[in-house]
Amino acid sequence: MDVTVKIKRYDPESNNSGYVWQEYPIAIDENATVLDALIQIREDDDGTLSLRCSCRSAICGSCAMKINGQGGLACKTKASESMDKDGVILVEPAGNMDTVKDLVADFDMFWNKIREIEPYLQPEGVVPEGEYVVSNESMLHLSAVTACILCGACVSDCTVLEVDKTFLGPAALAKAYRFTADPRDGDEDGVSRDRLKVLGQPSGMWDCTRCNICVQVCPKGVAPMDRIMAMHDQAIEAGYGNNNGARHADAFIESVGHTGRLDELRLPVKTVGITNIPALLGFAPVGWRAMTHGKLPPLIHKSVEDVQIVRNLYRKLEQ
Amino acid sequence: MLEHDVLIVGAGLAGMRAAIAARDAGANAAIISKVHPVRSHSNAAQGGINAALTDRGDNWEDHAYDTIKGSDFLGDQDAVEVMCRAAGQSLIDMEHMGVTFNRDDEGKLGTRAFGGQRVARTFFVGDFTGQALLHVMFEQLVKSGVQSYEEWFVTSLIMEDGKISGVTALEIRTGQLHAIRAKTVILCTGGCGRLFEPSTNALIVTGDGMALAYNVGARLMDMEMVQYHPTTISGSGVLLSEAARGEGAYLRDKNGNRFMEKYAPNMMELASRDVVSRAEQTEINAGNGIDGCVHLDCTHLGEKFIMEKLPQIRELGIDLTGKDMIREPVPIRPGMHYIMGGIKTDVDGQTNIPGIYAAGECANVSVHGGNRLGANSLLDTIVFGERSGSHAADASRGVSFSNFNEDEVVSREKKRLQEILDRPDNGDRWSRIRREMGDSMNRNVAVFRTKEGIEETIEELQGLKQRYGSVPVHNKGKVFNTDLIFALELGFMIDCAEAIAISALERKESRGAQFRLDYPNRDDDNWLKHIVVTQGELGPELSELPVTITKWTPEERKY
Repeated sequence: MDVTVKIKRYDPESNNSGYVWQEYPIAIDENATVLDALIQIREDDDGTLSLRCSCRSAICGSCAMKINGQGGLACKTKASESMDKDGVILVEPAGNMDTVKDLVADFDMFWNKIREIEPYLQPEGVVPEGEYVVSNESMLHLSAVTACILCGACVSDCTVLEVDKTFLGPAALAKAYRFTADPRDGDEDGVSRDRLKVLGQPSGMWDCTRCNICVQVCPKGVAPMDRIMAMHDQAIEAGYGNNNGARHADAFIESVGHTGRLDELRLPVKTVGITNIPALLGFAPVGWRAMTHGKLPPLIHKSVEDVQIVRNLYRKLEQ
Repeated sequence: MLEHDVLIVGAGLAGMRAAIAARDAGANAAIISKVHPVRSHSNAAQGGINAALTDRGDNWEDHAYDTIKGSDFLGDQDAVEVMCRAAGQSLIDMEHMGVTFNRDDEGKLGTRAFGGQRVARTFFVGDFTGQALLHVMFEQLVKSGVQSYEEWFVTSLIMEDGKISGVTALEIRTGQLHAIRAKTVILCTGGCGRLFEPSTNALIVTGDGMALAYNVGARLMDMEMVQYHPTTISGSGVLLSEAARGEGAYLRDKNGNRFMEKYAPNMMELASRDVVSRAEQTEINAGNGIDGCVHLDCTHLGEKFIMEKLPQIRELGIDLTGKDMIREPVPIRPGMHYIMGGIKTDVDGQTNIPGIYAAGECANVSVHGGNRLGANSLLDTIVFGERSGSHAADASRGVSFSNFNEDEVVSREKKRLQEILDRPDNGDRWSRIRREMGDSMNRNVAVFRTKEGIEETIEELQGLKQRYGSVPVHNKGKVFNTDLIFALELGFMIDCAEAIAISALERKESRGAQFRLDYPNRDDDNWLKHIVVTQGELGPELSELPVTITKWTPEERKY
């Protein structure tokens, strides 16, 4: 099978300071993965190509990169399914991080965020002599999260990190959930109060915009965004609902539950609090721009026609 | 200058366990690894970790007996005893650290059956136990605050008066060469599987530690004992866990027959790995296979069961063979997987070279002898990693650092590497030579071996060694120059390959993973002993060491 692998190359030692796209037309096996193709290039055609890879079986997490613009593992991506109609596959280093060389991304930021969440079990109670007796379901649930191989595909494509590098990001937050959801972590009831408090601070769990991209690109089905949302519930339940993120969620639920649609005018007010004058004044420029562009929400918020159906749904959910 | 009481090379399970133990014992410990710790190959262990828990009615003696029988009586029984006695506590320690082991109905640790063992004593996390353990060990490493040199490649061991005094290492990201002073060095660099082609092993598994130690006088022992795993994917050689058979999968020939009936009527698919691999190869050679493979059949296990117990290998099957094991059998074959041999150590990880320790797959304590039982390797890394770390910490107390001249050491090593970089670009690259070596090893030093075949490989290795002397490096840069790293790794692999081949030629009997068609029987009278390879002035030299037998007398091995 003929394929052209088009690689975004970068060499910090070259006089040419930017990156260059280089094309490698090669013949590969029908079953070959993108990684097989890259290894073949490195071994047969061009020894100057640098990339990280090791296990070839989606367990070591080394070969996360962008393939046709989307983060993923090269070893888990079939070449035949990645070619465009001209047989071209685009390969770039992982996003949201600097590039060290070619397909090697600078993971320092990634590891620092993992370290930031104190990634180790912190039981507050007495450690038993034997194993902790916990349900198989609870462990299976956690194992679906610990299946994360820390490859960074989600961080590469996270839309929040794109604009805010201080955000903890999907990988670190999913890792954090692995502890907050662990019955062995935190107090006797398995509530990780301290963690939830810290994770609720700015740049933490409430900064996720729920764009869902991390769920789509994760090669291991970890679904980081879903874990972040589950952590929201844990935080509110543990009494850490008094922050913008939690209030935003509450106001959202309340508005839709009451009128069947979002009251966009009251949402920011309820989120930051009616007495928080400086924050409310901060919304003024946004409000002004919305008004001048004819996008200001109606001042009087009306219910949808069949609001009773929505309310019934809410009632059922609460039961 | 960088200096540490205990410097651990390799950040897999053994290395991280050793680093944490050394730190706990009060030493200034550091870990150095050519990849980030969570990229290490311990990840790839799928099925589980063995331990005999007394509260389940199991006992360490039974575990030890199964291990020794599995080793075809080549394992040193005192070492096996140390491992099996420590297993229970090591397992509980890992659980307390946070490993999400599968549970039974009562919420206690659940077990699965594994090859070569009479009871189910394999504890597991789905089918990615190694990854689960490795990540938790990394968490503990972060917690411990041990200094970690990530993506640093050790190029040589610095010796002074026959003792270790440090290492030279290339910082891969910058190309800068460093010397690190150390009172003790623990090699935890894993196996050397990539010198076979194909192999289940990750691309980083290149025998670095074995060769580094060998080149400063350490003993490599039982190197002929190379495990071929019964269930690997044809072509890429990627592993499908023994957990599949542990959970009830069948092996079938082209007519759908469960051929293990003929070879291991009692244990069937769960006989020792060497036995199952030989059975498969025999069937394939007799024309009963399917395109050079036999079938691993899980279809009777059901979707729910497979999704809960074997989710990762199902994915692998789909990704790499296009077959969904829920619905159809997956073609598999024996493939190179593990080396029982390695740097000879005592039960505290000490080698014959003062200050040098080894643990994990690169070491040979020896607990696996002629054939390692599935799920004993994770245990080996944790038990002996910990013992090495604490022993090295104790040994470095009160010892002073060597005062070698850093500039001199660094410039000498830089010059050596520069000479490699400056070679002309023509000539065969490392990739070509590695492939030829891998083919040759897999052809002649595999499941079935003969004198003629092994000799052919030894001769080919001589030729490859010569060509290696002028292997070019096309990448002349400093930053992330993997071309240079691979060339250096190839040198390590050739040393290991040679040790494996000459040991296989030397052992004129069939035991464990070594099956000589020209000597098809086990011969305890002449060969119940370890074969040792050391680096002599004119090349490798062979010697032998006795096998330690405590209470289990060698007997015929039947499954």
